[in-house]
Amino acid sequence: MTATSKINARSPAFKNNQQSYSGMLTTLRERMAWAVRGGGDKLVQRHIARGKLPVRERIDLLLDVGSPFLEISPLAGWGLYNNEVPSAGAVAGIGIVEGQHCMVIANDATVKGGSFFKETVRKHVRAQEIALQNRLPCLYLVDCGGAFLPEQDQVFPDWGHFGTTFFNQCRMSAEGLPQLSAVFGGCTAGGAYIPALSDEAIIVEGTGRIHLGGPPIVKAAINEVVDGETLGGAGMHTRVSGVTDYLAADEHQALAKLRQIVRHLNMPAAASAPPREVLPPRFDAEEIPGIVGTDLKQPYDVREVLVRLVDDSELQEFKPEYGATLVCATAHIHGRPVGILANNGVLFSESSVKGAHFIELCNQRNIPLLFLQNITGFMVGTEAERGGIAKHSAKLVYAMATARVPRLTVLIGGSYGAGNYGMCGRGFAPNFLFAWPNSRIATMSPEVATTVLTELRKGSLKGNSGEAELAELARETTDQFTRQSDPYYATARLWDDGIIEPTQTRDVLGLCLQLVAQATPRATGPSPVFRM
Amino acid sequence: MFQRILIANRGEIACRIIRTARRMGIETVAVYSEADAGARHVAEADFAVAIGAASASASYLRAERIIEAAVSSGAQAIHPGYGFLSEKLELIDACEKHGIQFVGPNRRAIESMGSKIESKRMARAAGVVCVPGYDEDDQSPVRLRDEAGKIGFPLLIKASAGGGGKGMRRVNAADEFDAMLALARKEALASFGDERVLLEKYIVNPRHLEVQLVGDRHGHLVHLFERECSIQRRFQKVIEEAPANHLPTAVAEKLYEAALRMGQVMGYDNAGTVEFVLDADQGDTPYFLEVNTRLQVEHPVTELTTGIDLVEWQLRVAAGEALPLTQNEIHRSGWAMECRLNAEEPEHDYRASLGPLIGYAEPDKQAGVRIDSGLHACSEVTPYYDSMLAKVIGFGATRAEATARVRLGVEQLRIEGVRTNASLLLQILQHPEFSAVLTTRFLDQHFPNGPLPEVQQRQAHVLAVAAAWSASQPVHNPVWGGLRSFRITAPSVGIGRGAAVNLQLSDVSATTSEAVRLMQTGGVYWLPAQPELQARVVHGAQGWEVAVCEGGVLVATVHVQHTTGQRWFSWALGQSRVWDIEHDLAHSLNASSAQSQGNNLSASLPGRISEVMVQAGDTVAAGDPVLTLEAMKLYHGLSAPVSGTVRQVHVKLGDIVGQGHLLVEIEPAPDNTETK
Repeated sequence: MTATSKINARSPAFKNNQQSYSGMLTTLRERMAWAVRGGGDKLVQRHIARGKLPVRERIDLLLDVGSPFLEISPLAGWGLYNNEVPSAGAVAGIGIVEGQHCMVIANDATVKGGSFFKETVRKHVRAQEIALQNRLPCLYLVDCGGAFLPEQDQVFPDWGHFGTTFFNQCRMSAEGLPQLSAVFGGCTAGGAYIPALSDEAIIVEGTGRIHLGGPPIVKAAINEVVDGETLGGAGMHTRVSGVTDYLAADEHQALAKLRQIVRHLNMPAAASAPPREVLPPRFDAEEIPGIVGTDLKQPYDVREVLVRLVDDSELQEFKPEYGATLVCATAHIHGRPVGILANNGVLFSESSVKGAHFIELCNQRNIPLLFLQNITGFMVGTEAERGGIAKHSAKLVYAMATARVPRLTVLIGGSYGAGNYGMCGRGFAPNFLFAWPNSRIATMSPEVATTVLTELRKGSLKGNSGEAELAELARETTDQFTRQSDPYYATARLWDDGIIEPTQTRDVLGLCLQLVAQATPRATGPSPVFRM
Repeated sequence: MFQRILIANRGEIACRIIRTARRMGIETVAVYSEADAGARHVAEADFAVAIGAASASASYLRAERIIEAAVSSGAQAIHPGYGFLSEKLELIDACEKHGIQFVGPNRRAIESMGSKIESKRMARAAGVVCVPGYDEDDQSPVRLRDEAGKIGFPLLIKASAGGGGKGMRRVNAADEFDAMLALARKEALASFGDERVLLEKYIVNPRHLEVQLVGDRHGHLVHLFERECSIQRRFQKVIEEAPANHLPTAVAEKLYEAALRMGQVMGYDNAGTVEFVLDADQGDTPYFLEVNTRLQVEHPVTELTTGIDLVEWQLRVAAGEALPLTQNEIHRSGWAMECRLNAEEPEHDYRASLGPLIGYAEPDKQAGVRIDSGLHACSEVTPYYDSMLAKVIGFGATRAEATARVRLGVEQLRIEGVRTNASLLLQILQHPEFSAVLTTRFLDQHFPNGPLPEVQQRQAHVLAVAAAWSASQPVHNPVWGGLRSFRITAPSVGIGRGAAVNLQLSDVSATTSEAVRLMQTGGVYWLPAQPELQARVVHGAQGWEVAVCEGGVLVATVHVQHTTGQRWFSWALGQSRVWDIEHDLAHSLNASSAQSQGNNLSASLPGRISEVMVQAGDTVAAGDPVLTLEAMKLYHGLSAPVSGTVRQVHVKLGDIVGQGHLLVEIEPAPDNTETK
């Protein structure tokens, strides 16, 4: 059934919401502009003067004309290192090269020489995870100086650090996922292993260079004095060492060569067209800001958001009159089926088991899941506990965590506490997770946290001496939770795959659904639908 | 009916009258000035008589010369066309004297309508509403203020004796009236020695409407519906159409009734036009302006919508016949629109463009496109006469169809050698407000600086053809192929950095080539050098339609077609261009043989030098043989990797060399960028 909308776009409340949200969008756009500027005009100009292309131009040239680029976490690094590491110094995302979806991982040499920070490594590893999960060839556009040494303890030793990126290259190659490199700049130390551990590697004459130790290290270690070109130049590696397989006269040629290699990869053909004709929603996504606003305490009917995201605004809602605080509905986005779980209030036992039941339905029918989070948590209180909320909510978590279909998550509002977990937060490894600029993510809201902590402290402070101390604690707690629940705090640290505008959401989900449909074989094995 | 008529005119109207006369079996006599000896109307008429020097006052405006020509050529009637002597009593009187029939209304009608005051008086007497005003003798401030109140504001105070704007004041509200009156009087006195003023309602947004009348000498009078001529430049009509767009039937009926009433009081007995002005903001009452007692330039739009040949009717009634149809038998269907092509440069304040044509071609005959032209391939545009060269008229079932056809006609009519207002016309036709209610302020409002300048026109072509090229490149993937160039980092509104495409664009006709970096943000294409120009692409049956906007206003719709290979074609604003387009990466793989050895030649395997063909200082072209290397009993010919000068030869005949040994160094030629 095609849903209806009860929104009055002329009401003062709607206008207020829209106005406050538009401020958030302006901020988001400013920060995106920061992210795509790279290391700043001066460094970009110097880069160009060396005959090198800015990283996003390399990607534009590499992709098929007209291909989308589903970039992940462009705002990584925001607010960190004095904002000197835009996009964490690397651009990663999925695009189409010669008709083939590929994961592109590209260093930005204008940002601290393209060296690896903690967030750079996280992005690199996350991009590889996505590539592995969706069976994408990886194209590395290498222009990096290895670990950022002042932060080496954050980059080098642990699981998920630099070593893991190489581990992933080896494992993906073993899985039959091509690992291809084009070397545009110096690859020293760790950086050298990106091409060295690639199935095939291209190097640009003049600017490309690969050495485990650069001239200073060689001098220090074995007292050999040698220039960089002799030590690890493009000609040497292509003709003598064989570390690289192709010599490119310039960056254009390197990118053209990379495209040519992809053309001959013999990867399996992409999945079929969507099963349904793509119909736009009947209601305008531009109205979403006016519906959701920026005050998370103002409730609204989440169906108003859904009808602005799905094809033809058509929802097949499951158990509409049961567990009303979790809206479960099947729908199509860009012609592909999707099972949506969207919060419409706090989760009760009924809503939880309804969600579990719905996930099982989607499992049986091979329908990918979409979680739209706007949740303060599960219901608390005696009644809820006596009703077994803990075990009922656990059923939702079980079903969600073990779902046999791809899962996508978008934080469209609050993402607090156990609600974040139950609704497929990052800890439960959804295939993709995006956030809206109005979202908040933390164990609890600043107000609740302040109350909880001051109450606890009051309990330990006997007497009345602690008024000032309590006030100070309240202020500190509010500050901490406000700062840390900000979506930019989250995206800077790669707790999500990026902040997106409400109007971009349908398209982003369409890209993701097509991608996961291509990659994910239908889960098999007998399992009934457990009626909850 | 007459056997022979003289046409006392030139240019397109003379040619147009000849066409009908020929169809009716009537011979035609053309007259021409010295400047027009080679003109088209002279070539097309059966006879031609020279009447004087180039300037109009020495030729086309001399009634006695024209009468002499008529008498000497045996013409029984004179058709005056429009302009020149068409509304001058001296020609009528001279015709009368020589027993020649004047193709036009009776003398009294022309005379009465020749005076603005007289014509208004007649209109009022006939109960036809004029622009509200006051022009009587009582000039007391009290009376004037009183009359002003009746007329309403805004209004104009004009010097009774005046003209040219002197002593004219606009009054926006009653409380300004006294002060403005004093100023106007002072100015009137200073300029004309007469402080009398008249008052007139000021119409802020006037529409120009007119009704075609035809009468005969048997007391029949019919109207042929209305025309709208609101698109004007400094009181010159530019585009006319029939019927009027957005005109309620009730208002149209008022127009016809008022026009007929005017015709009746004048005893009108030929083709004529009653002009009205309608207040676009509030009025449903058309105000009478004047009567043109002749054929109008824009008569073809009436002909196409009624199926009546107005020149034929003029000749018939002048010959004494009764009107062929009664009012009830006259019907109108479809829509017609006329564009006037002038020899002028709207880009440069409409300055005249003169000189001989170097090319002229009318579009192939096609349904719904009519060309009334006074030009042929050997015409010359001289400074002596009106700048109008030709009219293109489009006809179709609907306004949209008529617009499309007139646009096609304007685009396809080739006038080379002089500049015309074609691009302005096309830009008007494509303007989004052209389908709204039109007023005579249209050009001032929407084209205050004339049409888009040439540089911008070219940019519009570049942007459009690049955008269409980009949009034509398929993305072979479901869903992803539909979300073209999507970027999370691009804002959902505005044109922040989206996707870029780098192209090489060669203008085939100009043999120039340029690198174009095309940006795409959402569905909008733009060039970094000119972000205010934005394009959207729609794929149609005939290729791509690219709408180019500047600051949200449509400035051009460019048609783009792919012909074959790299060849593309763009067509807009009266210009077509041919392009070769290539993606920046297209040549990269074969562009350079850097995959071999750069500028120098090294041994690819160990062996013996068995032949040396060059020495230092020699000039070599890429591919020229340089050395032969004997290895593993095979002879390997080595050739120059690049064109240039041999800097040094490092080996001599018989040398044994190892793999990688440097053999020859070549200094590449300075402009040597390609080595294929």
